[in-house]
Amino acid sequence: MADNIPVTTKSPKEDFASDQDVRWCPGCGDYAILAQMKKVLPEIGVPREKVVFISGIGCASRFPYYINSYGFHTIHGRAPAVATGIKLANPELSVWIITGDGDSLSIGGNHLIHLCRRNLDVNVILFNNQIYGLTKGQYSPTSPLGKVTKTTPYGSIDRPFNPISLVLSAGATFVARTIDRDTKHMAEIFKRAAAHKGCSFVEVYQNCNIFNDGAYRLLTEPETKFDQVLYLEDGKPLIYGKEKNRGLRFNGFETEALEMNESAENKDLPVHRENSENEAYAQWLSRIGDVPGLPVPVGVFRAVQRPTYEQLSEQQLAGAIQKKGPGDLKQLFISGDTWKVE
Amino acid sequence: MKNIQEVSRVTIRFAGDSGDGIQLTGNQFTRTTAIALNDLSTLPDYPAEIRAPAGTLYGVSGFQIQFSSQNIHTPGDEVDVLVAMNPAALQSGLKSLKKNGIIIINGDAFTERNLRMANFSENPLENGFLAGYQVYPVDITRLSRDALEKIELTHKEKDRCKNFFALGMVYWLYNRSMDATVEWIERKFSRQPIWAEANVLALKAGRNYAEATELFATSYRVPEAKIEPGIYRQITGNEALTFGLIAAAAKARRNIFYGSYPITPASDVLQYMASYKHFGIKTLQAEDEIAAIGAAIGASFAGDIGVTATSGPGLALKSEFLGLAVMTELPLVVMDIQRSGPSTGMPTKTEQADLLQGLFGRSGEAPIPAIAASSPADCFYAAYEAVRVAIRFMVPVLVFSDAYLANGAEPWKIPDTEGLPEIEIEFAKAGEDYAPYLRDPQTLARRWALPGTPGLEHRLGGLEKQDVTGNVSYDPDNHEKMVRLRAEKVQRVGEFVEEPEIYGDSRGEVLVVSWGSTYGTVLTAVEQLRKEGKSASFYHLRWVNPLPKKLETYIRRFRRVIVPEVNLGQLRRIIRSTYLVDAVGFNRMKGQPISVSELKQAIEALLEEKNNGR
Ligand SMILES: Cc1ncc(C[n+]2csc(CCOP(=O)(O)OP(=O)(O)O)c2C)c(N)n1
Ligand code: SF4
Ligand SMILES: [Mg+2]
Repeated sequence: MADNIPVTTKSPKEDFASDQDVRWCPGCGDYAILAQMKKVLPEIGVPREKVVFISGIGCASRFPYYINSYGFHTIHGRAPAVATGIKLANPELSVWIITGDGDSLSIGGNHLIHLCRRNLDVNVILFNNQIYGLTKGQYSPTSPLGKVTKTTPYGSIDRPFNPISLVLSAGATFVARTIDRDTKHMAEIFKRAAAHKGCSFVEVYQNCNIFNDGAYRLLTEPETKFDQVLYLEDGKPLIYGKEKNRGLRFNGFETEALEMNESAENKDLPVHRENSENEAYAQWLSRIGDVPGLPVPVGVFRAVQRPTYEQLSEQQLAGAIQKKGPGDLKQLFISGDTWKVE
Repeated sequence: MKNIQEVSRVTIRFAGDSGDGIQLTGNQFTRTTAIALNDLSTLPDYPAEIRAPAGTLYGVSGFQIQFSSQNIHTPGDEVDVLVAMNPAALQSGLKSLKKNGIIIINGDAFTERNLRMANFSENPLENGFLAGYQVYPVDITRLSRDALEKIELTHKEKDRCKNFFALGMVYWLYNRSMDATVEWIERKFSRQPIWAEANVLALKAGRNYAEATELFATSYRVPEAKIEPGIYRQITGNEALTFGLIAAAAKARRNIFYGSYPITPASDVLQYMASYKHFGIKTLQAEDEIAAIGAAIGASFAGDIGVTATSGPGLALKSEFLGLAVMTELPLVVMDIQRSGPSTGMPTKTEQADLLQGLFGRSGEAPIPAIAASSPADCFYAAYEAVRVAIRFMVPVLVFSDAYLANGAEPWKIPDTEGLPEIEIEFAKAGEDYAPYLRDPQTLARRWALPGTPGLEHRLGGLEKQDVTGNVSYDPDNHEKMVRLRAEKVQRVGEFVEEPEIYGDSRGEVLVVSWGSTYGTVLTAVEQLRKEGKSASFYHLRWVNPLPKKLETYIRRFRRVIVPEVNLGQLRRIIRSTYLVDAVGFNRMKGQPISVSELKQAIEALLEEKNNGR
């Protein structure tokens, strides 16, 4: 929120609406995300008291105040750390991390990758608006090369992160992307993330209409979006276009987009498999959107099962108790060499 | 015929290469001394390098022990006996050796190469350099090899037993029984009988050698000290911190969540905690110190007792999260095992220079209660009390220890677990009318409501809170009120915890005020001065924030106040500004504890001022 633009909207009367005034700028993409979240939460089968929203700092990170569950608005970039403690203390909680592109990829980059690598069972929702919103318009680690912002008057010379590639390499077990304007898709993806056991990461392309308006225009406007967005569907080939008449395939090491006439069979197109053990496949997919002329995939890039961090931690605790018996203070104190003074 | 002389207090320093088993030797001597009912205090000092090259000065590993028939509180300033396993150990140990002190030397190690590495241009055994000491060069390497002639080990392997040969000689010198060490060796090497046999043989050979050759004209005996009855064990500061946390968790019937990032000298605590999972201890080796405290805060939010430990540089990284803990008023324990700074400084050496960082090193007005351990065993009680206060007051609590306490060890009288103070937790209950920032009128603590409890859903965060509701608030009056409430809450801790007592008269000439690990040194200095009839008293702080009420009373009743510290005068600064008193400092920053004799001189100088008309 550009500071001090208080806007009061009537919260929908849902279970998860809090009594706090929502203070994002009118027209901000964050509203759509909040609305979908409030719609999805009653459907994930977790009672409100077991839901915890944790955020860092930024416009996006105000989110927990607007959800009537447990919440923790922590410090810039560090929500994953706090979430790790919460989840280890009480694995039964459904923990959601709300973060921005600056929050999670700049100041909090280290925590994000370690969260993924540990496969903590939480859901990370990254609101990627390619800009620092709360601090009023500086470039972020996802701003494209050449981007002119308040701190890059001559254009950015920093190469952007591709968040999907990053978390894939860091080991996230559920990786997806969605767009603020496609609310149905977003709701589906949130549900999938909630259902996934392990570290779920969802990048949401979010429009900051004040400082970076239209960053995703091509992906959201009716005239362009069909040729710019590829909806990933498990078990289906990689096809897109208004008439579903365009497809992607490997050509050597390159990706090739091909036009198909209506009768064409898509047999030779690679079929999307979310649970492919081959991580290179998901990595390949994640980079497609960076190639000029190719569409941006949205949907689930990868969904694989691995033991979660808190499961392993609980197992170790239980194992230690089984092996050594529940800790006994007196025994502990006299362990090692003791002597008696009469 | 053995000539035995009785002495009341002895300091021995074992020193050698880090590969010489010095720490082990020191620990064995300590254990035997404890069993012989002497009071004792020890100081290990390791080289900073993991595997320092043999023979170098910086690779010297030392272990100092003072033991006595009276109560003692420090490992001793001046050494009576130096056991030097090589020239570097001799070179570095000489400066603290008493005049006419005993030096036991491994003559085999005095090769040209070793001498050169120790900066001796000539062999000090041959040029009269050691005149004024009682020097006993013994070919320890050769003699232990001889003793192990029948054992099937290589020369190199046999040389690893030579520390026991040296220990055997020292046992003879102090009329010690070898039983405890023999029993320990046999237990330790029960699966490698050849090593058990070799080490025991070397130990006995050392003792027999001293006896048979009448090496020392005199041997010594230190009579038993009066020691409180009970069961004892040796404990280091870091072990004691661990035990204190585990005990507090058991008493509170909650799990401890311990998040940390390795840093000398705090790493041990993470290692120990990780091995006590059967006590319900969850440990996280976090990606950095920031994540470690963040996770601890998260765990506290969800109902575990969140704890983290680090050293000065790590505390700096934690400061933003500490501010969040102050704002969200969650229980949390942060332990700072201080080391020499600034920056990486001297990571293995001690210092007390994080006091101001700990008390004030955060953005905004962010006071937190802080307790300082005064001895290795006291770390147990400091950690325990920190947990108690954190929970009772819903605050982050800082525990100060330092490298000296962390690695130092002393006998610890094992407490009766039932006798430990209770730690009660009362969580907010489902269905109650919950306001996150409604306070207990006495402690000002807010109530702890755990995620998972129906009806208590609430949001915490770093933004300023409206009084009672905890909603975000920018109201000017509310902010001032909250700043004052948070400060007042910390002050109220002072009414809950016990205030320390003064040592000596409660009025007089000079009052010594100190905190943390200087306790033993200051007590010894003041004890000695009082024996000499001087008017000096001693007030040692336990909580450094809030300060005890009695402190001001005492400060007013003495002509002079002196504050000894291993820093440039951080507590002194606080005392001067809080009480407007012209307190003077005694400040040494050598990476070591301050010395009793130097401190005594400083206090004496203040005592004498009066005669000069001040
Ligand atoms: C330690 C710290 N440094 C800097 C800031 C200032 N700050 C607040 S939010 C923010 C960037 C937020 O950008 P992003 O994460 O993309 O969130 P958005 O506002 O775009 O949703 C910065 C730099 C801060 N709050 N704390
Ligand atoms: S992200 Fe942009 S539009 Fe949304 S609240 Fe922040 S500044 Fe306003
Ligand atoms: Mg942003």
